[in-house]
Amino acid sequence: MSTLGLIRMGDNTLVLGQRVSEWCGHAPALEEDIALANTALDLIGQTQLWLGLAAEREGEGEGRTADTLAYHRDAWDFRNVLLVEQPNRDFGVTMMRQFLFDAWHLEALKALAAHEDAEVSAIAQKSVKEVTYHRERSSDTVIALGDGTEESHARMQAALDRLWPYVGEMFSTDDDDLTDMAALRPTFDAYLETVLTEATLVRPDSDFAHMGGKTGARHTEHLGHMLATMQVLPRSYPDATW
Amino acid sequence: MVTARTSVDEVWAWLADVPDPEIPVISLVDLGIIRDVRWQGDTLEVTVTPTYSGCPATAIINMEIEAALRANGIEKLSLKRKIAPPWTTDWMTQAGKAKLESYGIAPPQPAGGPERCPHCQSTSVEKISQFGSTPCKAQWRCTDCLEPFDYFKCI
Repeated sequence: MSTLGLIRMGDNTLVLGQRVSEWCGHAPALEEDIALANTALDLIGQTQLWLGLAAEREGEGEGRTADTLAYHRDAWDFRNVLLVEQPNRDFGVTMMRQFLFDAWHLEALKALAAHEDAEVSAIAQKSVKEVTYHRERSSDTVIALGDGTEESHARMQAALDRLWPYVGEMFSTDDDDLTDMAALRPTFDAYLETVLTEATLVRPDSDFAHMGGKTGARHTEHLGHMLATMQVLPRSYPDATW
Repeated sequence: MVTARTSVDEVWAWLADVPDPEIPVISLVDLGIIRDVRWQGDTLEVTVTPTYSGCPATAIINMEIEAALRANGIEKLSLKRKIAPPWTTDWMTQAGKAKLESYGIAPPQPAGGPERCPHCQSTSVEKISQFGSTPCKAQWRCTDCLEPFDYFKCI
């Protein structure tokens, strides 16, 4: 099995976990701040499992760990989808990004829970429990804000329109993926329709999709800036330990 | 120096005295995260499962297990992490659930929400947020006594 599939899973949770943690101390309400920090924590925990397994499978010759994969690779070596590296912008964009990711993530993890590789299956089974909560919360928030005030509705529709071109990449797939991601699309679409209808939001017509994150061909400029903040300490002080 | 191997039952009894670092009213055994205790030759092997994959208490828990066992004279110790099957609140002991409630934290319920307010026992409760002060808890409120309280999420 290629370790690239493991790295893709781990890079998605790492990059989104870092993005979400940027809200810590800044969220619009205390409960939201706590919820975002907890979500970020779950995602970083999952990252340790995915990247830890990837490093182990690469073998001792590479000498890498989950930490070296997170802190000592540059933007072009990351294999996360473009959606998760998009900036937080306002709370509506953050929660719409979370909802779109959670809806894909839960389906992907459910499929991976049945993976023939016992370690992949174990990580997926563990993560499914956490991500079920993530999706419940982000769905509730999208519905509350979409079907909220005129202002919140307009912001959620704008967030959906802005992020929609990044949805398609999650369902692009190749042999390095741990499961056929394209096969997850019908279930995702059905769930999306339920939530968007309740949220009184309109799914954009065009299914144009930006690509290049999970293949590493072309990340958006945002990733490098994010990594500069995330990686500065271990790169400035290479001997630093936890 | 321990000359004879301590019985596994005795080790379980020691671990039942180690409090959870975040919720000290319950022990690690109450929480259901100690999955196995066994001797491998002259090495004591303790298997621990995390509650949530990113729970920052995990590292502290391992330190506390080691400290407790060393204090009881265990010299050769191996701590193993096991994530499958994933931890479930079904593994929490009944005694642990009762201790949580008397501490002011509503214990996990299969229905997905607290059975009653841990302060006044009213069943009129509402959810504030799916997340709380630690990854394992959610925030709820009693609509009778108006007190907010933590609910231990059922997973």
